[in-house]
Amino acid sequence: MTETLWLIPALPLLGFLLNGLAGRWLGKTFVSLVGPGMVGVSFILSLMVFQEMLSAPGMSITQHLYPWIEAGSFKVPVDFTVDRLSGLFLLIVTGVGFVIHVFAVGYMAHEEGFARFFAYLNLFVFFMLVLVLGSSLLLLFVGWEGVGLCSYLLIGYYYTKDSAASAAKKAFVFNRVGDFGFIAASLILFSVFGTLEMATINRMAPETLALGGGLATAITLLLFLGATGKSAQIPLYVWLPDAMEGPTPVSALIHAATMVTAGLYLLARMSHLFVLAPFTMSVVAVIGLMTALVAATIAVAQYDIKRVLAYSTVSQLGYMFLAMGVGAFGAGIFHVMTHAFFKALLFLGSGSVINALHHEQDMRKMGSLLKKMPITGYTFIIGALAISGFPLLSGFYSKDEVLWNAYSSSAGSTLYWVVGALTAVLTAFYMFRAVGMTFFGKSNVAHPEKVKESPLVMTIPLMVLAALAVAGGWVGIPASQGELFGIPHVLEHYFDGFFAVIPVSGHHSHGTELLLMLAVTTLGLLAMWGGYTLFSKHRERAAALREKFLPLHKVLAGKYFIDELYDRVVTRPVHWVSERVLWKIVDVKIIDGTVNGTALATRQLGGLLRKTQNGIIENYAVGMVLGCVAILAYLVF
Amino acid sequence: MTFQLTQIDFQTILPSMIMFGMGMVVLLLETLRRSGSTTPLAVVSLLSLAAAGYASAVQLGWGGQGFSGSVIADDFSLAFNLVFVTATALVILISIPYLEKSGLKYGEYYALLLFATGGMMVMGSSLDLLMIFVGLEILSISSYILCGMLRADVRSNESAMKYFLLGAFATGFLLYGMVMIYGATGTIHLRKIGAALAQPEMYSNPYIWFGMGLLIVGFGFKLALAPFHMWTPDVYEGAPTAVTAFLSVGPKAAGFAALIRVMIEGLGRMHNEWDMVFWVLAALTMTLGNVVAIQQNNIKRMLAYSSIAHAGYILAALVVATEEGLGAILFYSLVYVFMNIGVFAILILAATPKNERLTFDDYKGFGYVSPLLGLAMFVFMLSMMGIPLTGGFVGKFQIFKAVVDQGYIWLAIVGVLNSVVSVYYYLRIVVVMYMQPQDSKSINEKPAFSLPLAVAITASLAGVVFLGILPAGWMEFSSHSVSVLVASF
Repeated sequence: MTETLWLIPALPLLGFLLNGLAGRWLGKTFVSLVGPGMVGVSFILSLMVFQEMLSAPGMSITQHLYPWIEAGSFKVPVDFTVDRLSGLFLLIVTGVGFVIHVFAVGYMAHEEGFARFFAYLNLFVFFMLVLVLGSSLLLLFVGWEGVGLCSYLLIGYYYTKDSAASAAKKAFVFNRVGDFGFIAASLILFSVFGTLEMATINRMAPETLALGGGLATAITLLLFLGATGKSAQIPLYVWLPDAMEGPTPVSALIHAATMVTAGLYLLARMSHLFVLAPFTMSVVAVIGLMTALVAATIAVAQYDIKRVLAYSTVSQLGYMFLAMGVGAFGAGIFHVMTHAFFKALLFLGSGSVINALHHEQDMRKMGSLLKKMPITGYTFIIGALAISGFPLLSGFYSKDEVLWNAYSSSAGSTLYWVVGALTAVLTAFYMFRAVGMTFFGKSNVAHPEKVKESPLVMTIPLMVLAALAVAGGWVGIPASQGELFGIPHVLEHYFDGFFAVIPVSGHHSHGTELLLMLAVTTLGLLAMWGGYTLFSKHRERAAALREKFLPLHKVLAGKYFIDELYDRVVTRPVHWVSERVLWKIVDVKIIDGTVNGTALATRQLGGLLRKTQNGIIENYAVGMVLGCVAILAYLVF
Repeated sequence: MTFQLTQIDFQTILPSMIMFGMGMVVLLLETLRRSGSTTPLAVVSLLSLAAAGYASAVQLGWGGQGFSGSVIADDFSLAFNLVFVTATALVILISIPYLEKSGLKYGEYYALLLFATGGMMVMGSSLDLLMIFVGLEILSISSYILCGMLRADVRSNESAMKYFLLGAFATGFLLYGMVMIYGATGTIHLRKIGAALAQPEMYSNPYIWFGMGLLIVGFGFKLALAPFHMWTPDVYEGAPTAVTAFLSVGPKAAGFAALIRVMIEGLGRMHNEWDMVFWVLAALTMTLGNVVAIQQNNIKRMLAYSSIAHAGYILAALVVATEEGLGAILFYSLVYVFMNIGVFAILILAATPKNERLTFDDYKGFGYVSPLLGLAMFVFMLSMMGIPLTGGFVGKFQIFKAVVDQGYIWLAIVGVLNSVVSVYYYLRIVVVMYMQPQDSKSINEKPAFSLPLAVAITASLAGVVFLGILPAGWMEFSSHSVSVLVASF
C-alpha cells in the first residue's frame, strides 16, 4: 500500500479534472458518479492504509514522491506520511467527505453549474488530503492554501448574490492574515532547525529550544495565528459565519467537518513544539475558551438556521482549542472527530430543510416540520442531542473529555471548567431552540402543503451520519465509566506516546470526574428542555423574555458588532490612507482620460511640456533628491 | 598601449552582437518593406532571439573574459541572458497582435526591442562600470523611443517625455557615482575596485561613500525603487501596453543583474555598510507599491505599482547577499517574466481597437465569457499573490527564507505582511471576473483567437505552473549561476 499512498489524493484530483474539463458535456449522471465515486474509492484506500499503518513499525508509513524544492541546504521533498494523527484525519476527510458528496448529488440536482460544483468539491478534498498527508510544513501549507482557495470558490458559488461574493472575499482575506503567521513561523523554524519536516522538528524541539524561551513562544504564537485564521477563532473568526453563503453541503464539509479543523491539526502536529511554550498554551486555551463562549452567546440570538450552526461551529472549535491549550491534544482530536460527525449531520439536516422550503433559512418561517420530514427531523434531533452532550451519544464523551482535562490538567483551572460548562449549557439551549423552532410548535411555513421529505440520496447520508453521531464516541468512553463495565478507553491508548505530554500535577479521583460530568449533564438536559419548550409550545414566553432583555438581545443578534468594528478600525482607515494620502501625494496623474486627434494631441503636448517644466516633474525630481540626500547622509555620516 | 582583439573577445559578446546585428538587419528589412504587415519582422526577431539564446546556452560553464577583462561570459551573465531572451520573445509574441490592433505600422519597433535586449545583455556581462553604463544607455534610449511609439496618443508622448527627462536625471547620478568611485580607487574594473577596497584607508575616503550612494540612487531610479519610483506609474500607463509589459520585466531583470555585479563583485566588501540602505529601500518599495496599488482602477496602473512592489521583494534578497539570496533573485526574475507577461497578454487579447479594456469593470463576468482566459488570469494572480503550486510562491518563499537565514527577521516580516496586503488587489480581478455579473459596459464577447497570444499565454502559464511544481531544476541552476560571482568579501 505504501507505493499507492499517492492515489488517495490523486483520485479526487482526477475527479476535479474530469468534472472540470469535461463535466459540462458528459452530463449529470457522469458527474454524480465521478464526483462522489472518486472520494469513495479514496475512502476505501484510506481504510486499507489505515489498517496497514497500525501494524507498521513506529505506526507510520511514508511515501517519497519527488524532491520539490532543492536549492543548497534548502530541501523540501514531496513526502506523504500516514501516522496515527493523519490516519484518523484521512478517514474523516474521505469518509465524511464521501457521505457529503452523495448528499450533494441530491441537494444540487437543480442548481446551475452542477459539474463545476463537484469539480471544486473534489479539488477541495484533494487539497485537504495534501494538507493532512504532507510530511513537511511547506507541503502542509500547499494544502492549507489550496483548501482556502476552494473554500473561496465554493462560498462564492452563488456569485450573482452580492453577499456571497463579499463573503468569499472576506474569507480569503482573513485567512491570508492568518497565513502571515504560518509563513513567518515556517521561515523561523527553518532557520532554527534547518528543515521543515514536521517529524524532525518535533523530535529535535526539546533539545533545540528552551522551555518557555522567547523563540519557542514566538514561533508557536505565529503558528497559532495561522490556526486562528483557518479555524475561525478570535480575532479572525468573523469570516466563518459569512461563509454560510455557500451551498449547504459546502458548509457541512468545509466549514464544519474538515477545513476549519486544519488549525487544530496543525497544533496537534506540532504538539512537541507547543508544550515548550507554556505562555502560548495559555493563550490557546484562553482564546479557545473566549471564542467558545462568545460564539455560543451569539448563536442564541440568531434566526438563520445556518448561522446558528455556523456560530455553533466556531464555538465548538473553541472547545477543541481549549483542550489543546491545556495539553489534552488527544481529547481535542477526539472532539474534532465526533464534531465532524454530528456537525456534518446538522448541516446536512438543515440543508434538507432548506431545500424542502425552497431556500428559506429563517427559522421563524419554519415550525412543525417533524411530521412532514420525519427522517430529516429525527436525524437532526439526534445530531442536536449529540452536540448537546446527551448521555451515551458521541458528543457526550468527547465534550466530557475536554471539560475534564480543562479542569484536571496542570495547565487547566476551575475557571476553564466553569466557562466551558457554561458554554456547554448554552449549546444545549440554542440547539434545542433551533430544534423547537424548526421541527415543533406551530407551523409558520409559507406553503406547508408543498413540503415533503427529501429523496433517499439525501436522507441515507443523514442516517449514516446519525449512526456515527450516536456511536462515534464509544471509542473514547472514559475510564471513570468504562471501568464499571469493563469497556476499554480505546482512544486514550491509540495516541499513546504520540503527542507531547504536559506533566500532570496532583491526583484527581474518578469520583470528581463523575461528579463534574453529572453536573454538566443535568444542567445541559435542563437547558435542552428549556430551549425546546420556549421555542416550540411557548413561543410567546420567549418573545416576552426577548422584550425584557431587548438591549442584550440586540447586542447578541448584532454579533457584538465586531464586523462593524473591523470596518471602522481596519478597512476604512486603510482605504483612507491609500486614497487620500498616498494616492493624492504619491500617485498624481497629469492627464486622466483619453484625448483623441493628432492636432489636439500636439497642442496638448505643448501644454504638457510647459507643465513638466513648471511643476510636476520637478516634484518627482525633488522626491529623488530627498531620497538621495537621505542615502548619502546615512552612508557618509 | 596596444589593443589586440582576439576571437575570444568576440565570443564573450556573441549573444549581444547577435542582438545588435539582427536589430540592424530588421531596420534594413523595414526600409525594404513597402506595405503590409510587420509580422515577418517579428518572426526574424524571434529567430534572432532564439539564436542569441542558443549562443548563450552553449557557452554555459565557460567563463571567458574579453576586452581586457571588461566583459565576461560566465554562468551568471549567461543565465540572465536566457531570462532576457525569454522575456523579449514573449513580448514580441504579444506585440504582433498589439501592433495590429493599435495600428502601429513601424518595423523599428522590433529593432528597438532587439537593441534593448542587447543592452540588457551587455549590462549583465560587464565587469567594468563603463560597460555597464554603455549597456544601460543602449537599453534606456531604446526604451524611451518605445514608450513614445504611439505618436498620436498624448499619453504615450507624455510617457516617453517623462521617462526621458527623469532618466537623464538619473543617468547623471549614476555617472557621477561611477566617477567618484574611479576617483577613489583609480579603476573602473569591478574586481579591481573590490581588491582596492581591501585597504582599510579606503574607508576614510569620502569619494567611495558618495560614489556608492549616487550609484545606488541611479540604480534605484532604473529599478523604480521608492522613493525613486515616481516616474513608473505614468510611464507604464502611457506606454503602449506591450512596451509596458517589456519595461516591467526585461529592464528590471537587467538592472538587478548589473546591480548584483556592482554591489557584490565591486562593493561586496562594504556589504555591512550598504545592507541597511537596501533594507530600507526594499521595505519602502514593497510597502508603497502594494498600498497604492489597492486604490487603482486601471489595471495597467495597478500592474505598475505591483511591479514596484515586486522589485521590493527582489531587492530584499540582495540585502542578504548570500548565494541563496542572489539565486532567488534569478529564480524570481524568470517567474516574474512569466506571470507578468501572461497578464499583459490577456489584457492585449481582450482589448479592441476602440477600447483598450483596462479598467476592472471591463472584466465583470470575464471568467464566464472566456473560461480558459479567466482561468489563466486566475493562475497568474495566484502566482502574484504567492499561493503554493505556482512559481510565485516558491520564489517568494525562497527570498524570505534567505532573508531570515541571515537574521533580517523584520525585513522578512515586512515582506510577508506586504504579500498579505497584495492579496487584496490581485484578488479584486478574480472577484470581478468570477463574482460580478457582466453588464453592458463589460467585455461581452469571447476575444478573437490570436495564435501569437495563445502561444504567449500558454507558455507563460506553463512556466508559472512548472516553476511551482517542479522548481528544483531552475532553482539549482540559479544558485549555481550566482556561485561564479567573485564576491569581494
